[in-house]
Amino acid sequence: MSFLDILQSIVPIALFYSAPLIFTALGGVFSERSGVVNIGLEGLMVMGAFVGIVFNLTFADTFGAATPWISVLVAMVVSAVFSLLHAVASVSFRADQVVSGVAINFLALGLGVFLTKQWYGKGQTDMVSQPFYSQNIPLLSDIPILGSIFFEGVYLTSYIAIIFAIIAWFILYKTSFGMRLTSVGQHPMAADTNGINVYAMRYVAVMISGALGGIGGSVFALTIALNFSQSTIVGQGFMSLAAVIFGKWHPLGAMGAALFFGFAQSLSVISSGVPLLEDIPKVYLTIAPYVLTILALAGFIGRSEAPKANNQPYIKGTR
Amino acid sequence: MFTNRMFNILVPVISVLLGLLAGAIIMLSFGYNPISGYIALWNGAFGDWYFFGETIRQVTPYIFTGLAVAFAFRSGLFNIGAEGQVLVGWLAAVWIGTTVDAPMFIHLPLAILAAFLAGAFWGFIPGILKAKLGVHEVIVTIMLNYIALYSTNAIIRSVLTDREDTTDKISESASLSADWIMQLTAYSRMHYGILLALLVAVLIWFLIDKTTLGYEIRSVGYNQHASRYAGMNVGKNIIFAMVISGGIAGLGGAMEGLGTFGYMPAHSGFTNIGFDGIAVALLGGNTALGVVIAAFLFGTLKIGALNMPTGAGVPSELVEIVIALIIFFVASSFVIRWMLLRLKKEGK
Repeated sequence: MSFLDILQSIVPIALFYSAPLIFTALGGVFSERSGVVNIGLEGLMVMGAFVGIVFNLTFADTFGAATPWISVLVAMVVSAVFSLLHAVASVSFRADQVVSGVAINFLALGLGVFLTKQWYGKGQTDMVSQPFYSQNIPLLSDIPILGSIFFEGVYLTSYIAIIFAIIAWFILYKTSFGMRLTSVGQHPMAADTNGINVYAMRYVAVMISGALGGIGGSVFALTIALNFSQSTIVGQGFMSLAAVIFGKWHPLGAMGAALFFGFAQSLSVISSGVPLLEDIPKVYLTIAPYVLTILALAGFIGRSEAPKANNQPYIKGTR
Repeated sequence: MFTNRMFNILVPVISVLLGLLAGAIIMLSFGYNPISGYIALWNGAFGDWYFFGETIRQVTPYIFTGLAVAFAFRSGLFNIGAEGQVLVGWLAAVWIGTTVDAPMFIHLPLAILAAFLAGAFWGFIPGILKAKLGVHEVIVTIMLNYIALYSTNAIIRSVLTDREDTTDKISESASLSADWIMQLTAYSRMHYGILLALLVAVLIWFLIDKTTLGYEIRSVGYNQHASRYAGMNVGKNIIFAMVISGGIAGLGGAMEGLGTFGYMPAHSGFTNIGFDGIAVALLGGNTALGVVIAAFLFGTLKIGALNMPTGAGVPSELVEIVIALIIFFVASSFVIRWMLLRLKKEGK
């Protein structure tokens, strides 16, 4: 296996595994930058995966090849609405944000499996007939060398995820909406004094995280899992949360972290064929993202600091 | 007058009732009879001696993980890593249980101690990172959960066995199960662990409420700056709280390894004993007695739920939804307090 061959097999798989993580991590960035910790990313992904699969199974005949795209959109909307629970609890009801996130995770899985059993009479759904397929991207895949590494046999969703990250960066850093959102997470009282509606900003931010988590979950379900069960989403949401922190709450940083985690996962998937890597026990590659996140937090790989008002409910009129 | 103490009792009770009510509404809306659903749940938990034994069996690790989360909470820390601590504790207990050869009065305590130490070490990592570097314990413990899950699986597959998916059975001398309990409860998997769980609950109550150490931990939980100003070593208290918390969760793992199963399988996902411990601690108001009561409630719900599909045709996941809603309601206690005060005013 030449180096080029190795790249050709690793890069598409890394992109493939990263896409759901990138979407969800971007959602986490929005929510946490507004000062709402979102441990519930996992649950939002579960909801997205569930809705994506159920919609796909139900409407595959109606929409044909467009089904996976519409499924993702529907999952996005449903997860955004579902995330309102987290917003209501943690913004309006002043619940502990971490606890509310834990409840979201329980609830999404409970609802998903309950409804699956209700509608399909068993613990898992059938396989979808209209998943996303890998494809060669026109024009770009004709570029010599690079084309065959990056643009052959890839999923469009991976590139959409990367474009989303750039858009998220633009929104957060170049628009007044993004600036306001960040200020709400750093110093809600100062923001409030300047006429920014802290509660509204936080509601919007949490719903964006719900929408993106829904996209992430449904993309995972429609590219990797292809059905829904109790064990469809196991830890991808938490890995996305890790990407948020590893990426220092910056959209492009989170994307980079998610790409890296996807790369680590792809290594553990294909390591058996790659010289050098095949001698490393798989477990080291599997736990690498988590170990690296801890190291990053501890400041060994550049210090990452959370938005200042994270995990603090804002109560108008208190100092 | 509503005193604070009354609120502390009323809020969890109302949350549970609201959660069960929501469950009933869900059952109704899917065309089930909620009364027969809950009767099936009750019978599934207490219907005969076997179910009763299984319920107690489920309550046992819940008491441990609930205490673990509650203990950390009292010092202002959120130990979301009980799950990983359970796994490493389970592995350590089974490791000693399968490889050491000793009489019971040495073997069993040794295995339990190993579980405690393994869990304590898993709690020490976020503790020291928090104390020395100010790293948020929630993220570190989440990451450690996954590291525990994948590492224990790898150890089971490549160290303790030769590519098998479960370890050997532990030897009799390290087992918590007893023939007379099994015979009494129609061969349920109930074991001596419940006694240990209640004992640890008493110890934790004593430690928190009656010792200087417990006082310092509570003080750090209320206000770190004031505690530091009063001359307490905040860092030391944080590490201590996480170590004890992790150790107790590790004991929860020992209950599974030495009592319920007698071996450790490679896990494809989490056991949820640790995550459920968060719910137990919250509902129990982070007190030892509250945790024991909440553990009984959740154990009952979980085991009773298994009877709901056969007893009333209701998918057992209904209970997961009910538990999630109970957590929401407890977490939003601010609103419940507010509503109680409103009701009282209108009643006058």
